Amino acid sequence: MKKLMVWSSVILAFGILAGCNSEKTEGDGKAKTVELLNVSYDPTRELYQEFNEAFAKHWKEESGQDVTIQQSHGGSGKQGRAVIDGLEADVVTLALAYDIDAIHEASNLLAEDWQKRLPENSTPYTSTIVFLVKKDNPKGIKDWDDLIKKDVSVITPNPKTSGGARWNYLAAWAFAEKKYDNDEAKVKDFMKKLYQNVEVLDSGARGATTTFVERGIGDVLIAWENEAYLTLKEFGDDKYEIVNPSISILAEPPVAVVDEVVKKKGTKKVAEAYLKYLYTDAGQEIAAKNFYRPRDEKVLAKYQDQFADIDMVTVDGKFGGWKKAQETHFNDGGTFDEIYQPK
Amino acid sequence: MTLMTEGKRKNKRTIPGFGLTMGFTLLYLTIIVLIPLSMVFLNTFSMGFQEFWATITEPRVVASYKLSFMTALTAAFVNAVFGVLIAWVLTRYEFPGKRIIDGLVDLPFALPTAVAGITLTTLYSPNGWIGQFFSFKIAFTPVGIIIALIFIGLPFVVRMVQPVLENIEKGMEEASASLGANRMQTFIKIIFPELIPAILTGFALSFARALGEYGSVVFIAGNMPFKTEISPLIIMTKLEQYDYEGATAVAAVMLVITFLILFTINVLQWWTGKRYSGK
Repeated sequence: MKKLMVWSSVILAFGILAGCNSEKTEGDGKAKTVELLNVSYDPTRELYQEFNEAFAKHWKEESGQDVTIQQSHGGSGKQGRAVIDGLEADVVTLALAYDIDAIHEASNLLAEDWQKRLPENSTPYTSTIVFLVKKDNPKGIKDWDDLIKKDVSVITPNPKTSGGARWNYLAAWAFAEKKYDNDEAKVKDFMKKLYQNVEVLDSGARGATTTFVERGIGDVLIAWENEAYLTLKEFGDDKYEIVNPSISILAEPPVAVVDEVVKKKGTKKVAEAYLKYLYTDAGQEIAAKNFYRPRDEKVLAKYQDQFADIDMVTVDGKFGGWKKAQETHFNDGGTFDEIYQPK
Repeated sequence: MTLMTEGKRKNKRTIPGFGLTMGFTLLYLTIIVLIPLSMVFLNTFSMGFQEFWATITEPRVVASYKLSFMTALTAAFVNAVFGVLIAWVLTRYEFPGKRIIDGLVDLPFALPTAVAGITLTTLYSPNGWIGQFFSFKIAFTPVGIIIALIFIGLPFVVRMVQPVLENIEKGMEEASASLGANRMQTFIKIIFPELIPAILTGFALSFARALGEYGSVVFIAGNMPFKTEISPLIIMTKLEQYDYEGATAVAAVMLVITFLILFTINVLQWWTGKRYSGK
């Protein structure tokens, strides 16, 4: 039955593609122009706009080929599903490794070891989770414990629908594990108190930012570091400030070439070059300028003032990888649901 | 051609061929409505019954059905009352700007629901233009959801009742008045019965639309489990976990309940139509 559904969406997608791509060129390395589709998640919009321009210029110099890159943005899980259902992405750059794993599992469009093919876990840039508070921090929020105080209202998206929210949740969990010395009951109690203070569970990271900034709801927003900096840039650092918690998580949004799609479209070479370009100095600079932490030590050193020194755990080290984290915490019946069970 | 063969057909039809048009109707409905809807059920068959049952009776999911149906019913009820009032004003009185107000009624139809959701949230959030005047929270509570659903469902009742009101003959009211009925009696005994089927249809449409509404509600609901989480959002969260079966299971439940309710309203409509038309 799943097949039928997949087929109908594939047919639909073809119809749409045929409608707007009447002059589609095959990029076999010889054609003069080539087209790539980068399916990404929400807050990378600005990053990839800048990066695509730089890459197009670079590729033109190197191979003489014109490359245009289409961008598709949305919630990470939703984007993953679109690829499974037949959206022909040459590369995926999603918020979590789990979403790319899901593409492998559900459709076999890419190999299981996709994450080993590029350096640094296929993650060219990283980020972390920080707090955004109102200027001068009226509630005196310094660390995760302050979020469970009675009079503090917290804004974070729903981990069931948002990739970013899952990083938030795991970062809080990591803090609690350290504080309560791995006493699981106490950790769960901490998480329960934290989520009881949450006033609005938006469906995505951008929505949560809007709730906090535009609606003026909540005392603290748990957010991606890059999203927090973007908010400061957008709304002024005279209104908000960033608080770095004592412990957070290393958020790794990975990238991958979708094997079956590039094989079919003949875009393997350029798609691989595209992702590799993210690791070059130029790519790393662009990432840093968009408030993502670059992997490259040199570039990181250059932007050192921008990024606070935070003690960070990793999903692989602390939670046994995304698959396990997803099962334990976020799937139906996981710890997140447990927190929300009525007494 | 069949029209020309005399004696075989008593009524001449404007569009030729009952067989042809009926065939087209069935084919069209099958492709557009039945096949997509049957996919919802077919998808759930791949999970066992026990799993299906566990999914649809999970406390959080059950809480979302309750919320979805209660808010949709409340909104449809409010629309039924005030929609009739608006339709009445629009048909019975002349005033400057009437055409504009008449046009405004359709606006909720045309507006993308996400825009409606964001706008309403901005207005009704605690620091919003309207929200600041209330001592209790509107946005991010069921009240906010109901407001969004009233907004998107309003045109249904107005547009259903309006033509009926226009067609009620003035003579009936005059006769009623001349027989000694006061205005209230005339309304309750003469006008209202005529309107009932239209109000019911408007109510049903507004209710059905509210039930499936996602775009405008997710912004204003706050999406807190057990409190303001609507069923369509549960379906979305299941999809985000790549749980296609779970999502369609919940969808199937919604479909069945909605069908039953719409069916009941249709029966009611048929019954009132029969009763009041005196046939």
